[in-house]
Amino acid sequence: MTARKLAVVTAGLSQPSSTRLLADRLTEATVRALDGVEVEITVVELRDVAQDVTNNLLTGFASPRLDAAIQAVTGADGLIAVTPIFTTSYSGLFKSFVDVLDPQALTGMPVLLGATGGTERHSLAIDYAMRPLFSYLHAVALPTGVYAASSDWGSADGLSDRIERAASELAAQVRTSDRAQNIRDPFALPEGFSPVGAFGAQ
Amino acid sequence: MQFGIFTVSDVTTDPTDDTTPTEGERIKALVTIAKKAEEVGLDVFALGEHHNPPFVSSSPTTMLGYIAAQTTDLILSTSTTLITTNDPVKIAEDYAMLQHLADGRVDVMMGRGNTGPVYPWFGKDIRDGIPLAIENYALLHRLWREDFVDWQGQYRTPLQGFQSTPRPLDGVPPFVWHGSIRSPEIAEQAAYYGDGFFANNIFWPKEHYMRLISYYRQRFEHYGHGTAAQAIVGLGGQAFMRAKSQDAVNEFRPYFDNAPVYGHGPSMEDFTAQTPLTVGSPQEVIDKYAGMREHFGDYQRQLFLMDHAGLPLKTVLEQLDILGEEVVPVLRKEFAVNRPADVPEGPTHTALVAKRDAAAVSLAESSLVEPAETAEVTA
Repeated sequence: MTARKLAVVTAGLSQPSSTRLLADRLTEATVRALDGVEVEITVVELRDVAQDVTNNLLTGFASPRLDAAIQAVTGADGLIAVTPIFTTSYSGLFKSFVDVLDPQALTGMPVLLGATGGTERHSLAIDYAMRPLFSYLHAVALPTGVYAASSDWGSADGLSDRIERAASELAAQVRTSDRAQNIRDPFALPEGFSPVGAFGAQ
Repeated sequence: MQFGIFTVSDVTTDPTDDTTPTEGERIKALVTIAKKAEEVGLDVFALGEHHNPPFVSSSPTTMLGYIAAQTTDLILSTSTTLITTNDPVKIAEDYAMLQHLADGRVDVMMGRGNTGPVYPWFGKDIRDGIPLAIENYALLHRLWREDFVDWQGQYRTPLQGFQSTPRPLDGVPPFVWHGSIRSPEIAEQAAYYGDGFFANNIFWPKEHYMRLISYYRQRFEHYGHGTAAQAIVGLGGQAFMRAKSQDAVNEFRPYFDNAPVYGHGPSMEDFTAQTPLTVGSPQEVIDKYAGMREHFGDYQRQLFLMDHAGLPLKTVLEQLDILGEEVVPVLRKEFAVNRPADVPEGPTHTALVAKRDAAAVSLAESSLVEPAETAEVTA
């Protein structure tokens, strides 16, 4: 079996960040759940490419560093996407990164949604903000999202169970995915395209 | 190999002294710049088309006709002509008229435009951008080649027995380039007709355009217009030069940092590393552009954007002096080295007339042998 590619996008701004901490926990659990399947993991810390993301918004093209991150994310078999919740939603940096992706690039991508926040009151942000975003992109957002409030890191139960459940859902998708092996032709013409138009050369 | 300049006709505040030319001043400056291009030995002046401020070029053939009257050798072109929102009948008429007035020194670059509201302003839907470009050009192509055209399409009123006037000069339409920065459909269209393909590569990294141009070349060969190496390719470019490299960097930086397209984004150093923009000595510009054909193959036309970001007219004219006197003569020699003899030169009316006449002769000769074949060739 060929190695599966797993991409991890984490939008935490501090270092170390609890967002990265959650991303790492989700990644470890997913690898465990994949049980023996070889996995190549690419972690994209958006903080490291924050300037490049802004420049891409302004110029329309990705720097080589950002392009490498985009290729790793869009060419993966599965994606773990974790953002802090700011002012009731995903962070601006997280959304900006999603905005520079080709809108078709995540089609069919299994995505484990994760989020962190100061209090558990924002836990539904995964379902009212993140989930519609990935639905729009035709990604496969997995049923279990994992929200970690500050208090969860000092709690004996709950978070670990959610991580394990979400990871097993992602692992099941990644195990059978052939996404990373698909070769996409950037010059594929739309079906039925004619260089003289629908009415022909007349 | 043709060298020239292209302009978007923007009215932009000079960030170093906060002055802004009036529309009238900018329009006259464009004429001065075009005449300067001829004076310093450049081959082409290409003018954009826009329908919103801060751009002044809404009526390219008016300006190009005015420039044609004051020049003798300069090829007048566009960058681009909006094939999506203009009526192709009017394009056929306007540019045939310009072609006559300019004694054939005219070609046209088709583009879709990147300003969303222009579509609804002209009664179109931006989601139809590609189909409009395809269908409108299919009609334009016929209007220039057939005396009487019956036409039905999706986007304009049908035509019965319509003749666009004036007929193209010497019966040979202006050469057409198709400009695109990302759409394979437009590269396919250019290849299908055997037209030129212009990749305005000035804002993005070369790898993207290497793939796009390579695709166009392959399709050009597929449609039987020649080998991939013989496809007609044009590229954009940008430069700012002073005798001392650091002087160029210091002088251009405030313009770069505030430029409408890339200002307040990447550093000038990053941008020059990732795109064709070259800020430095004339030799640095020569080195950068002499290397282009290694990435894109031997090509036919190189256009430079020289008059944007609020640069004052005086500076632009100085830049054209450097470009015409120090850079282009060296590039002409560099591009001629090891250029295969069967790679076409940049398109001119004279060459197109000669090619048409040669084809007619060979057709006449072959028709003596196989008369049945001629119908297909003339169709």
